Amino acid sequence: MSSFWSAWIIVLTLGTLIALMILLRWNMKNFTDVEEGESMGHSFDGIEELNNPLPKWWTILFWLCFIWGFFYLALYPGLGNFKGLIGWQSSNQDVRSLEESRLAVEQAREQGLNVRYDRERRRAEEVYGPIFQQYAQMSITEISQTPEALQIGQRLFLQNCAQCHGSDARGSRGFPNLTDGIFSWGGEPEHIYATLMTGRNAQMPAQLDALGEQGIEEVTEYVLSLSGRAVDRDLARAGEQKFAVCAACHGQDGKGNIALGAPNLTDSAWLYGGSRNAIAETLRYGRNGVMPKWDEILGEDKVKILSGYVLSLSPES
Amino acid sequence: MSKNKHELVEKHVGWFAVLALIAISIGGLVEITPLLFQKQVNEPVKHLRPYTALELEGRDIYIREGCVGCHSQMIRPFRHETERYGHYSVAGESVWEFPFLWGSKRTGPDLARVGGRYSDEWHYVHLMDPRAVVPESNMPGFPWLAERTLDGRLTERKMRAFQTLGVPYSDEDIEGAAQEVIGKTEMEALIAYLQSLGTHLR
Repeated sequence: MSSFWSAWIIVLTLGTLIALMILLRWNMKNFTDVEEGESMGHSFDGIEELNNPLPKWWTILFWLCFIWGFFYLALYPGLGNFKGLIGWQSSNQDVRSLEESRLAVEQAREQGLNVRYDRERRRAEEVYGPIFQQYAQMSITEISQTPEALQIGQRLFLQNCAQCHGSDARGSRGFPNLTDGIFSWGGEPEHIYATLMTGRNAQMPAQLDALGEQGIEEVTEYVLSLSGRAVDRDLARAGEQKFAVCAACHGQDGKGNIALGAPNLTDSAWLYGGSRNAIAETLRYGRNGVMPKWDEILGEDKVKILSGYVLSLSPES
Repeated sequence: MSKNKHELVEKHVGWFAVLALIAISIGGLVEITPLLFQKQVNEPVKHLRPYTALELEGRDIYIREGCVGCHSQMIRPFRHETERYGHYSVAGESVWEFPFLWGSKRTGPDLARVGGRYSDEWHYVHLMDPRAVVPESNMPGFPWLAERTLDGRLTERKMRAFQTLGVPYSDEDIEGAAQEVIGKTEMEALIAYLQSLGTHLR
């Protein structure tokens, strides 16, 4: 802040405080020509104004407020560029990027500045740091077998993941069920960790233009047949001929490809519904499944614990 | 006139009004005017960019539907907020906001950094019927947003207004703006806006 505006604030703030003190002092003496407790000489609806002094408790409180105010302005940043005697500030407000924010925290620590938010973070780091440290050294599989870690994992899950995957992690249409052990992007610990850290985008292209309505019907029948459903054999056979384009991602056998997040079509799990209509719709218009990335929001340690929690939800573990 | 000086203001409403106005304006003069000239509130964060035409229309939907009545966009510097929502909000993120939508009511969660947290698909399902994905939610559904399309009639004028206020839209940005939004649903616009929130501090 320029020194002009700093001076502006200081003069107005202190000036107002002092003016108010003078006003209060002035109002504490009786300068009317009416005795204390006597009528001021007018009444409305039988209610009379008496010349009573300001109540003592009230004036004392007022004076205490002044004293408190001066102490506050001396200790805390209130007067323009004056930082206050204890150097307190709430946070590092003038940062322009996350990098600058990190630097500001370090700088404040080196200079011994009293940044309330940074102190709060440090205190939490002292308490929770060692706990996370302990899990950071464990493997994700080990975490998935450690009850205390799973409790932390569940909290993190409910706070960050339940909105899409549901509080019971069973997901819903378009949002994967995490309890059935079926993972389109791979169910190994490192797969789950990578999915959480970097996010995923599974793109099923629309096929209506390529296949036509007849083709959609045929391929739908064939896809249904892959998981052993009752189908019209002729249509399914025709669909099999057209499956080549699907096989690029889902594989010749329809078992999917975890590198692309292409689901296995031979099991009974259907992310977007397994009815004939739902599958035809997926084929017609495509799908675009997005898992957000959590590396910056949660950081490695928490993602690791979450990965362990997700792993623990699968039936085999 | 009696010795009672109180009567000067008690019996002259004009004087009373003038003195009251002075008393009230001091707070504003101290707390607001210096801010208008301060770098901290005028300099954008490094990666700030103006809203795209679609996001800008989405922002107007956000205002029209009263989202700000239940959702704040202001993460305070407390650990219990930053653990949930991300880095606390800084002034440099709001320099091109007219008006800002910080809000003060949190019936729903803060949205200052909701961008990128959920997929577009999730936002669609959630705005159509919040309970489809969050069973305990008490947010109303906004299904009409998916039916109504934008005509782009005012898009360019809105952007001109922001340009006047100092948002760095180029004339080229503005000229093609209507074409970018025509035919898009209000739902798409709102989701585009939500996905942009809080992503500029990085």
